[in-house]
Amino acid sequence: MKRILVGIKRVVDYNVRIRVKPDGTGVVTDGVKMSINPFDEIALEEALRIKERGGADEVVVATVGPADTQQQLRTALAMGADRALLVQADGVIEPLVAARALLKLVEREQPLLVILGKQAIDDDNGQTAQILAALWNRPQATYASKIEITGETARVTREVDAGLETLDVDLPAVISTDLRLNEPRYVKLPDIMKAKKKPLDTLPLADLGVQARTQLKLVRFEAPPQRQKGIRVKDAAELVDALKKKGLL
Amino acid sequence: MSVQILIVAEHDGTRLNVSTAKCVTCARAVSGAVVTVAVFAADAAAVAAQAAQLAGVDKVLAVDNPANAHALAAVLAPQVAALAGPYALVLGPSTTFGKDLMARVGGLLDAPQVSDIMAIESAVRFRRPIYAGNAILTVEAVDAPKVVGTVRTASFEGAASGGSAAVEKVSLNVTLPTHTRFVSVSAARNDRPDLQTAARVISGGRALGSADGFKILYSLADKVGAAVGASRAAVDAGYAPNEMQVGQTGKIIAPELYMAVGISGAIQHLTGIKDARTIVAINKDGEAPIFEVADFGLVGDLFQVIPEIERLL
Ligand SMILES: Cc1cc2nc3c(=O)[nH]c(=O)nc-3n(C[C@H](O)[C@H](O)[C@H](O)COP(=O)(O)OP(=O)(O)OC[C@H]3O[C@@H](n4cnc5c(N)ncnc54)[C@H](O)[C@@H]3O)c2cc1C
Ligand SMILES: Nc1ncnc2c1ncn2[C@@H]1O[C@H](COP(=O)(O)O)[C@@H](O)[C@H]1O
Repeated sequence: MKRILVGIKRVVDYNVRIRVKPDGTGVVTDGVKMSINPFDEIALEEALRIKERGGADEVVVATVGPADTQQQLRTALAMGADRALLVQADGVIEPLVAARALLKLVEREQPLLVILGKQAIDDDNGQTAQILAALWNRPQATYASKIEITGETARVTREVDAGLETLDVDLPAVISTDLRLNEPRYVKLPDIMKAKKKPLDTLPLADLGVQARTQLKLVRFEAPPQRQKGIRVKDAAELVDALKKKGLL
Repeated sequence: MSVQILIVAEHDGTRLNVSTAKCVTCARAVSGAVVTVAVFAADAAAVAAQAAQLAGVDKVLAVDNPANAHALAAVLAPQVAALAGPYALVLGPSTTFGKDLMARVGGLLDAPQVSDIMAIESAVRFRRPIYAGNAILTVEAVDAPKVVGTVRTASFEGAASGGSAAVEKVSLNVTLPTHTRFVSVSAARNDRPDLQTAARVISGGRALGSADGFKILYSLADKVGAAVGASRAAVDAGYAPNEMQVGQTGKIIAPELYMAVGISGAIQHLTGIKDARTIVAINKDGEAPIFEVADFGLVGDLFQVIPEIERLL
């Protein structure tokens, strides 16, 4: 069975305006829309496309997080994933813990490919794919904008600071997605109904033998400093003048 | 009390990237810091010599290996991990090179990583942006024998030259994987200043309308010696290559002058320019959010304004 494992993280929707709690203990999440991390949606879309091309037989989505993540996993099933695994844990899941839990799932599921997002848009850590690849002792291809699988290898184009880099990685491997890899499909209503019958298994993190340790204490959250409001200039001449005065042109 | 800090150098085989000098400044902010820079390359001598000249560097380790000809995280990480023993803090830049590599190092060392360090209060206490810069988080490592970090380069000035650290050749006895192979990298064009270090940056958005439309920005940029950037919408539409993207998922930059031309000012874009000294917005919609962060705002049609600015110079 050729399987692809996709990591799904439940995050505050990217359209939500983030507000820091006045007491500095976190950001406001009460009553806020939660969604699949956008990069994970892209990861799932890519897995589905690989399966549709005949490159895989099964797409499994997995999360390490609170019970409410069921909603996001159902959405993932409606998009086309075959089954879902919810490793239940409350509170902050640090990347080392997420990666350890994903490694346990990798050992059980023996995927040929693990696709994760390049970063979760809440903590912006950007670590889990690389840590998993390290623990698994397998290749990593981060920031993918193109994936081609031929036999036992994947050719991955990566978005790097210099431009586009291409790597060949032996499978199994871990790939993390960048935004331009694909555009995720929309979920259709009948698929939501069908998704209700797809398997979604829940297990506590402790059952995987992974300890939910936290090594980074969240000391304080603050709103970022606001920029001073600037001035309006009426035309190009006034702008050029102003910039010259400041020595910027 | 001294704190041993290891910095993994970023370079292209011949030249040290300025991101390394920024990591040095970050490391130096820790009291008692003893800073070692490690250079991994096929032949590290030239880059190691440049690192040795950075003020604030105490020692440079040069690790030669043909396998290091290209910076592959899977190949470099076990070497960094092998060197990491004596160091309390292991830093790399928060560039695609550093982000790709350092987290793998953290995985091998079983050490927590602090990403995008924007301020360092001690060897275990850091400030970093989260939620695309909409919140600033102070974190403190507890129960961690070692911490790995990536340094947000826009938050630090590069260390000056004038150092004279000793360079030590190191040979490591680690088995390196062959499961990851470099194929190619698209040649970046070099005739314009580098986006990440340029003092002036002019960026275009969806409003430019085509790759051809960007030519008016290139023309102005060349006249003032600016680098050219782009919004994600412009890159997605194929008007500009991906390496020009500025923002949360592109480059985070801190130029003296940033000109946003035909860019609406989405939060993900603003994340990339928060540290710009002066922001100029040119947009035909006076209500565009970019004006909320602009020091100078001009409401107008860019296709008239930009050529006019060029004429006035
Ligand atoms: C997870 C995630 C990550 C993202 N990361 C990034 C990122 O790193 N960088 C980034 O930029 N975006 C990013 N985005 C996208 C971002 O949300 C916006 O969609 C994007 O920045 C919009 O680009 P734009 O301003 O060029 O286009 P638009 O929003 O379409 O704005 C075009 C602007 O041009 C103006 N205009 C039109 N014609 C003219 C004219 N003739 N003269 C003057 N002005 C004119 C319009 O008034 C408008 O304000 C991300 C989105 C997501 C979901
Ligand atoms: N708790 C989690 N459960 C499942 N996948 C995760 C979890 N945390 C992170 N990931 C995956 O790793 C990617 C990067 O996350 P991060 O390292 O937190 O930025 C995400 O886009 C997910 O694909």
